[in-house]
Amino acid sequence: MHALRIFWISWKFHLKSLSLSGFFLLISVLQPLIFATIAFYMHRAGAREGSLLYVALGAGLMGMWSSTLFGSGGAIQWQRWQGTLEILVAAPPRFILTVLPLTLATASIGLYSVVATLFWGGVLFDVPLELEHPGLFALALPATVLGLGLLGLVMASTFVLYRHANAFSNLLEYPIWLVTGLLIPVSLLPGFVEPLSWVLAPTWGVRAIRESALGGEPLAAIGMCLALSAAYALIASVTMANFERLARSRATLSLT
Amino acid sequence: MRHVRLFFLGGLFSYRALFNWIRPVTYLTTMLGSPLFQILFFAYLGRFTGLRDDTFFVVGNAVQVSAMSGIYAMTLTIANERNFGTLSPVLATPASRPALFLGRALPVIANGLVVSSFGFGVGLVLLDFELGLNQVPALATVLVVTVTSCTGLGMLLGSIGLRARDVFFASNLVYFLMLLVCGVNIPVEELPGWMEAVGRAIPLTHGIEAAREIAAGAALGEVSGLVWTELAIGLAYVAAAFALFRVFEVQGRRNAALETI
Repeated sequence: MHALRIFWISWKFHLKSLSLSGFFLLISVLQPLIFATIAFYMHRAGAREGSLLYVALGAGLMGMWSSTLFGSGGAIQWQRWQGTLEILVAAPPRFILTVLPLTLATASIGLYSVVATLFWGGVLFDVPLELEHPGLFALALPATVLGLGLLGLVMASTFVLYRHANAFSNLLEYPIWLVTGLLIPVSLLPGFVEPLSWVLAPTWGVRAIRESALGGEPLAAIGMCLALSAAYALIASVTMANFERLARSRATLSLT
Repeated sequence: MRHVRLFFLGGLFSYRALFNWIRPVTYLTTMLGSPLFQILFFAYLGRFTGLRDDTFFVVGNAVQVSAMSGIYAMTLTIANERNFGTLSPVLATPASRPALFLGRALPVIANGLVVSSFGFGVGLVLLDFELGLNQVPALATVLVVTVTSCTGLGMLLGSIGLRARDVFFASNLVYFLMLLVCGVNIPVEELPGWMEAVGRAIPLTHGIEAAREIAAGAALGEVSGLVWTELAIGLAYVAAAFALFRVFEVQGRRNAALETI
């Protein structure tokens, strides 16, 4: 009960805090709208007239990944800069319990992206929002947020130990957009990419959301999101504890 | 001689000191890693949509990724002076303002050329893009002009950063909007009229067009109109940036607002 209270209060706090950040407004609202517009014009000018709802949902998930990536990637570093990392590590609750709400909040902010791109499609390009399975769509969204948030937790855990690991945040945005099929089918990419996409939550998240919106069988993809979430949680709990111990023993926790 | 020294060494020093690309890993991931995947992403999106061949996307994005340096680096190299509290000491010196201001652009332009060349290398190695050796000098000329022009826009943003609170927001937004309106991934004539007009009024658009024509076999003389237009646009932005820099300097001294964040 105590842990749930910590989680709930922290998640709300970080959600409000991130919602006031200009940077997160940019990557979770404006950037997905720009990419959705680019993809739309590319489809329209190209030989393949794609479904705009397909593009809008993909671009929305791109924004969700960006906010998770930069939010979770920067989570530890921000605490370092603000001088609160040592306090959080020394606090009685397990450290992972204080970081998890933050990484889930960064993924939750990504819901703004989905809303923004759907709104963009409806207002500017007359895309009717007719969902094939509204109930499953409502289930797919939180499952995707959970998957991405816990993937963010795995990333954040590595950043406890490596002070410059957040440099990789800049590197990981496009590759994950590419290999998880958010705008481009994975089948179009080189063969080695497909197995890689299977272990990434956005792959299943976008499938779950698209199949519940456009038609298909989204339950398997939702199930994969949840299964990957469980695997990420397990990995993060091990890495977080191990990296925290190493950072303490090397006295590198608060070094910026 | 003093001004020349300030131009070169001052620019280099400010670049190294203010911009945190000193660690190789940060430089590699940000300045080379991100452009690499940006080019692959749009090339594959282009294949999926059937819009154009790889060459179109390699040239467009390889030129545009120079904005990683021209926009982000240039903006921060100027605007960080205020954030790091070094603006007042710098402006308290009697140093030549043009040398102080313009010298900062030189390492940024050099870096932009490295990033852009890397982008073309990515296209040659990983995608269906070919470039003859005889096309390289003309392409290099276009790149120098375009990267310089793009850096002019970065200078303008940097000058605005001497006053505005969150200029990094603006530089991010400009970088992404360039992907949309500058003909990087969509031919400008396919865009609505107002977007095309915006694209034609900012750096990159004419440079990308010229680079595409050279990659298709045109000689430098055949694209000279585009190159001169790109250069003129860039110089206009540099002039506006320097004027704004001076205005903010004078106003900042008068209102004691140089260090206000």
